[in-house]
Amino acid sequence: MTRSKRFALLAERDINKETYVEPWPEAGLSVADSPRDPRPSLRIEGGRVVEMDGKPRAQFDTLDLFIADHGLDLAVAEQAMATPSLELARMLVDINVPRAQIQRLAGGCTPAKLVDIIAGMNALEMMMGLAKMRQRRAPANQAHVTNRRHHPALLAADAAEAALRGFAEIETTVGIARYAPFNALSILIGAQTGAGGALTQCSVEESLGLRLALKGLTSYAETLSVYGTERAFVDGDDTPWSKAFLAAAYASRGVKIRFTSGTGSEALMGHAEGCSMLYLEARCLLVTRGAGSQGVQNGSISCIALPESLPGGVRAVLAENLLAAMLGLEVASGNDALASHSAIRKTAKLMLQLLPGTDFITSGYSAVPRRDNLFGGGNFDAEDFDDWAILQRDMQIDAGLRPIREDSALAVRRRAAQAIQAVFAELGLPPVTDEEVEAATTGHSSDDMPARDVAADLAAADRFLNSAITMLDIARALQRRGFDDIAANVLEMGRQRVAGDYLQPSAIFAPQDGSPARFGVRSAINDPNDYRGPGTGYRVEGARWDEIQRVPQARSPRDFIDDNIGQPLPTLREIGPARVVTQPEVVVAVGPAFGASLIRTIGGLSHEDVLAALLTGIAREGLFGRVVKVYHSADLAAIAHAGAQLSGSGIAIGLQSRGTAMIQKRGLPRLNNLELFPQSPSLTLQSYEQIGQNAARYAKGLAVTPVPVQVDNWARLRLIVKTTLLHRRETEAVREQPPAELWFDWEPDV
Amino acid sequence: MEYAYPLGENATERVQAASGRPLMGITPDALRAGELSFADLQISAETLRAQARIARQAGYPQLADALARAAELTAVPNDELLQMYEALRPGRSTYAEIIALATRLEQMYGAVETGRWVREAAGVYLQRGLLRA
Repeated sequence: MTRSKRFALLAERDINKETYVEPWPEAGLSVADSPRDPRPSLRIEGGRVVEMDGKPRAQFDTLDLFIADHGLDLAVAEQAMATPSLELARMLVDINVPRAQIQRLAGGCTPAKLVDIIAGMNALEMMMGLAKMRQRRAPANQAHVTNRRHHPALLAADAAEAALRGFAEIETTVGIARYAPFNALSILIGAQTGAGGALTQCSVEESLGLRLALKGLTSYAETLSVYGTERAFVDGDDTPWSKAFLAAAYASRGVKIRFTSGTGSEALMGHAEGCSMLYLEARCLLVTRGAGSQGVQNGSISCIALPESLPGGVRAVLAENLLAAMLGLEVASGNDALASHSAIRKTAKLMLQLLPGTDFITSGYSAVPRRDNLFGGGNFDAEDFDDWAILQRDMQIDAGLRPIREDSALAVRRRAAQAIQAVFAELGLPPVTDEEVEAATTGHSSDDMPARDVAADLAAADRFLNSAITMLDIARALQRRGFDDIAANVLEMGRQRVAGDYLQPSAIFAPQDGSPARFGVRSAINDPNDYRGPGTGYRVEGARWDEIQRVPQARSPRDFIDDNIGQPLPTLREIGPARVVTQPEVVVAVGPAFGASLIRTIGGLSHEDVLAALLTGIAREGLFGRVVKVYHSADLAAIAHAGAQLSGSGIAIGLQSRGTAMIQKRGLPRLNNLELFPQSPSLTLQSYEQIGQNAARYAKGLAVTPVPVQVDNWARLRLIVKTTLLHRRETEAVREQPPAELWFDWEPDV
Repeated sequence: MEYAYPLGENATERVQAASGRPLMGITPDALRAGELSFADLQISAETLRAQARIARQAGYPQLADALARAAELTAVPNDELLQMYEALRPGRSTYAEIIALATRLEQMYGAVETGRWVREAAGVYLQRGLLRA
C-alpha cells in the first residue's frame, strides 16, 4: 500500500498511543446515552417512593432502595420531577437563578432525571453551571505525596513543600501496606511544617485507614469508594449502609470524609448492566448524598482512560462533576490519574475544571516525580509546577497553587526532615540520619535518597501501629525536641477535631490574619460560593493576584536591556548634515539610538563590530561605505529609504540598533526592498559582512545571490520583550531633524 | 445548645472535648505541662449534634443525619467500632447478628438512630441476599 509520510508521522504522535473505541452500550461502553438507561419517573405514595425511573419498588435493588429512602428529598421531589429538564438546564446557566434554588431542586431529582438535565447542555454551559454550583467560594487543590521507597524524610519534605505551594489537602499511599503508619506520620509532620493547616490522608484499605484516623495520624479520608450498580458495589466489599456507617464512624472521631466514585468503574468491573457511565455515576452521587458524605472525589479518577476512549467521554466527566456540585457535594474533580500521553489533550481536559474552578481542581496533583507516584503516576507532576503557576498567571485564575522561591522550599523541606528525624528519635523508631535529612532537603526523587533498612522500618511500623501512640504523643515529641511551631500546628489539628467545623461541606483550613487561631476553617457554611455572574463570587484580586502574578521567573522589564546599554561609542562621531553624493558607494543608514543610547544588537554584537563587518563586506567589492544616522524614524523601512535617497549608487543598508537590517534601492516602494534580515538574533558578523558585500554588488549592478539566513522559530517568543524594549529605546531617540553624516574611526583590513 | 459557626473560633469556652476540656484549654502550654490526654482531642457527641444542626440549617439534611449518627458513635470504643463496620460489610453477618448489633447499639450505647439504620440494613440485606450464607 502507498504510505503517506504525513500519516506515518501522525501515527507516531502521543495522541495515537491512546485507544479509541466505538460505543458498545451492552458492555457499558457508552458515556451518557445507553438505550438501557431508564427514562426519569418518580411516584410517591404515603411518603414513600413506590416507583423510580420506570422501576416499581418491588424490583428495587440495594442502590434503588437506598436512593429512594435516603438520597432523595421527597419534599421537593414532585416539584423537581415536574420541572422540564431543559428548564433546569437553563437555570444552571442563568445568572439570575441562585445556587441554592437549583441545589434544592436537584435534591428531588432521580438519577435518570439528573442525566436528562445534562443531556441538554454543552461543555461551556456545564462549565458555567459548575462555576455557580461549586460549594466553597474559592477553589483549592489537593496534592499526592508518595515515594517508591517510602522514605520518611523525603515524604515529610515533599509534604512540607506541597503545603508551602498552597495545597489544602495532601494524600499519600503506599506500595507496601505495612508502611502506611509511617507514611501518615511523615506527611502529617510535613504538612504542619510552616503555616500549617493542610489536611492529610493515607489511602489504604478501609479498616486500616480508619485505624490511622483513630490515632489522629490523618485528618480526612477520601477513598470511600461507591459504585453505581449493586454487583459492583458488593465487589467493592461494601453496601451503601456499611459505607454510611463508616462515614459516621470517621465523623465520630472528628475526621473529614469524602466518597469516591467516577465514570467507568462499573464497566471496568464488568457490572455496568448495559447502562451508561453517567447514569451509573448519578446513582453513585445519590448514594453519596444519602449516606451523608459531605463530598465526593469524582471525575472518573483512576478509570479516566475508559471514558476518554469513547466519544463525548471528557464531556461526561465534566457532567459528573457538575451533578455532584448540584447535589450540594464538595467536589474533588479528578485530573489526578495519568489520563493521556498527549500534553495537549490532558491540558485541554483540565480546562473544563480549572476555568470554572472546583473545590479541588485535582483530587491529587502529583507533588512528586511521576516515578515516585504510587497512585499510578500523576496527570500533572512536580515537573509541571511551573506550568501550572503560569497557567494561573496567564488566565488570572486561582487553581490552588502558590508560586514559591527555591530558598523558601529548601527551608521548609529541611525543617520538616529535621522534625521527622526528631520524632523518630524521640519515639525510638529506626534513626533518620543527618545525611538523609540533607538528601531530603535538596532531593527531587527517591533516587536521591540513601537506602534505609527496610525490614527494620517495617517491623517498627507494625509496632507503631499497634502501640498506643497518637497525634498527641507526636506533638509532645516535637515540643520536647524544640519544634514548637510544628507541635503547635499538630495540636491545632487536634483542636480542630474537637471543634468539628471541618466536617461541614467543602472545608479546608487557611491561615488566619488577626485571629488567635493558628488557622481558620473555610467551608460552604462560612464561605459559600455566591457566584451570580460578572462582578460576583470569587475573583482573583488583591493579595492573591499579587502572589499569582509574582512568579519567581518574572523579571523587571528594566533589567532586560542592561546588556545593550553602555557608554556611547567614542569611535562614532557626528560631523554635520548628511550629504548627497553622486559617486558609486553604499550608504549604511543607522537608527537614531545606534552607538549612542544603545551600543549592542539584540544578539549581543557590539555596534562597532557590526559596522566594521558591513564596511568590510562593501570594501571587498572595492566600494566605499558611508555611514549616516537617520533621526526622524525608528522604522527600518524609513531608515533604509532615507539612506537610499542619500546614496550615490542608490543602494543603502538600513540598520536598526537592535541589529535588524535591510538592503534598499532608491526608487523601490518604501515597503519593498532588495533583501530583508528580520531575524536579527541569528545574524552573525559574517552575515553582516555578506550583507555589506551584497549591497556593494547591487551598487555595481552585478548578479547577486541573497544572503542565506538562519531561521529560528523560537527567537520571537524568547526575545519579544527585549525587542519591545530595544525598539522603545530607539523610538525615544527619534528627533525631527535630517540625517547626519557619521565619522567612523576604523580602517578596513582588506 | 446553639453555637455560631465556626465553633473553633466562636465557642472556644463552651465547646468541650469528649473529656470535658474546653477548646480554649487545648494549648501548647497545656501540652508542655503534661495536662493533655488523647481524650482531650476527641470530639464530643454534643459538638457533633451542634454541627448536625448547622448542616441542617444550611440545607444539607443527609449530612446532618450522618453527623447525628456520628454523635451516637462517639460512645462506641475504637475496636468495637471497627468490628461493627466489618459486620455490616456484605456477606459478613447473618440476619440475627445484624439485628443483635442494632439492639446493642440502641441499648448499650443509646444509639437510636444508628440502631434504626442497622435494622434497616438487615432488612435490605435479607431481601437482596447480602447476608452470610
